Amino acid sequence: MENLELRKKANEVRKGIVTAVHAAKAGHPGGSLSAADMFTFLYFEEMNIDPKNPKMEGRDRFVLSKGHTAPGLYSVLANRGYFPVEDLTTLRKLGSYLQGHPCMQETPGVDMSSGSLGQGISAAVGMALAGKLDNKDYRVYTLLGDGEIQEGQVWEAAMFAGARNLDNLVVIVDNNGLQIDGKIEDVCSPYPIDKKFEAFNFNVINIDGHDFDQIRNAMNNARACKGKPTAIIMKTVKGKGVSFMENSAGWHGKAPNDEEYATAMADLAAIDAQLKEGK
Amino acid sequence: MADKIATRESYGNALVACAEDFPNMVVLDADLAGATKTGTFKKAYPDRHIDCGIAECNMTGIAAGLATCGKIPFVSSFAMFAAGRNFEQVRNAIGYPHLNVKIGATHAGITVGEDGATHQCNEDIALMRTIPGMTVIVPSDDIEAKAAVRAALEMNGPVYLRFGRAAVPVINDKPGYKFEIGKGVLLREGTDVTIVATGICVDSALNAAEMLAADGISAEVINIHTIKPLDEDIVVNSAKKTGKVVTVEEHSVIGGLGSAVCDALSAKYPVPVKKLGMQDVFGESGSASQLVEKYKLDGKGVYEDVKAFVK
Repeated sequence: MENLELRKKANEVRKGIVTAVHAAKAGHPGGSLSAADMFTFLYFEEMNIDPKNPKMEGRDRFVLSKGHTAPGLYSVLANRGYFPVEDLTTLRKLGSYLQGHPCMQETPGVDMSSGSLGQGISAAVGMALAGKLDNKDYRVYTLLGDGEIQEGQVWEAAMFAGARNLDNLVVIVDNNGLQIDGKIEDVCSPYPIDKKFEAFNFNVINIDGHDFDQIRNAMNNARACKGKPTAIIMKTVKGKGVSFMENSAGWHGKAPNDEEYATAMADLAAIDAQLKEGK
Repeated sequence: MADKIATRESYGNALVACAEDFPNMVVLDADLAGATKTGTFKKAYPDRHIDCGIAECNMTGIAAGLATCGKIPFVSSFAMFAAGRNFEQVRNAIGYPHLNVKIGATHAGITVGEDGATHQCNEDIALMRTIPGMTVIVPSDDIEAKAAVRAALEMNGPVYLRFGRAAVPVINDKPGYKFEIGKGVLLREGTDVTIVATGICVDSALNAAEMLAADGISAEVINIHTIKPLDEDIVVNSAKKTGKVVTVEEHSVIGGLGSAVCDALSAKYPVPVKKLGMQDVFGESGSASQLVEKYKLDGKGVYEDVKAFVK
């Protein structure tokens, strides 16, 4: 898919995020929006998947280790055709198959239940290990928050993946720089993130997480790398695309009110207009 | 009676015995393969044994990921870590998605012995039975432990299996013995009191019943190897007959077998219950036999407490 098309899709994913969180009156827009471009690339370009057959044998797997950004995952799954986009407004509501955090038993396309930080990466490592044990060539992707990597289990998983040379695993860190209590370096700095993964025997790539060329190159690099798992550390803007949410820790886990929702959708419509002109 | 054997040994042997019948089974350990006896399996099937290093939480998550890809992982560690350190991983990564992961927890209870309180897990049954959809099994001897491993493999869904460190007598070598998950076993009929026991305390209960008989007290003995789902019928029917129930477990009296039995009886047929086990205290260093004696979980201790309760 051309970059312009990917950007259009990503903007649709962002609209879905904002709409879902607004309808739910709760949820996590900031980290969903920062990862929207990565979600889009994974599901529209990178991964071998079939929305008509979510449990397809031999498919690539994705684990949303930072499970609170479920709105981002749900929006990309809906836009990719796993379920109707209209259902995004049922997010977090009683009886909805779109639970507050991903539930693999409820939602088509969700490969692993997640939400308790630090645990998703271990499940992704298990999936990658299963691929190696069975000599299958599927790949496994997992997305972590930069605050999430403060969890010790992340490094247990990284140590295992590096030691076992799981080159079918791609760990993506969404480095939007903010967590609930503020800047990650002020709360408990995980920097330097790249050097840490390097020390755990990872192939490490630093990119701008909003640049599709850089995302594509990183994924190709990961695929070509043999004998090491890959860590993609992507610099992103928390709340990307919605003016008043950008770079604001306050929008980590808060829903826009009706007025804010209108402003947010206007921001995204303006982006649409630019994209239509091919900008 | 056959020689004594620790149920952790039975666990290791059972894994090997089941390996060919369950080709998707893999065994995970966290640097304790020698102690949990999965080393026996590792020797026989090195490609299907994964040592995760000293990182139990990650091991549990790996098992979840493996299970989503069709493997049947056995997660092995000491009960303190398999259920204690890992509680939230087991709950969220295995229990919530109801994945087909089996947890083989060894070194449960005070018979860990000399290592002392930090490694004597008396809380694991309580923790595991609160997780929706989790099956909890505590085998009483070698025969039951082996049968439990196979039964766990034959069912789909998470299972917690509790094994011990110390060698225990074989008590289920009777003709007609049959292991079925969720079915208690009536081992001795009686009319004055029901003793419901699990794990290594089943043997203590049988010995106690023998001593009580000499005093003219007729004790019924029930082996509850599956704490969850509990065989409520066998407990309630016995309570109807005897009117008094004693539970015995190598575990805290809070949240374990005793609590499960009380849950069932209070709803269906309330009778006086005496819960024997660890009375809200930590264990300590000592030999397994010394500790079992001190905390009154041997035949003599159970006999004394049942006798006092019945009077």
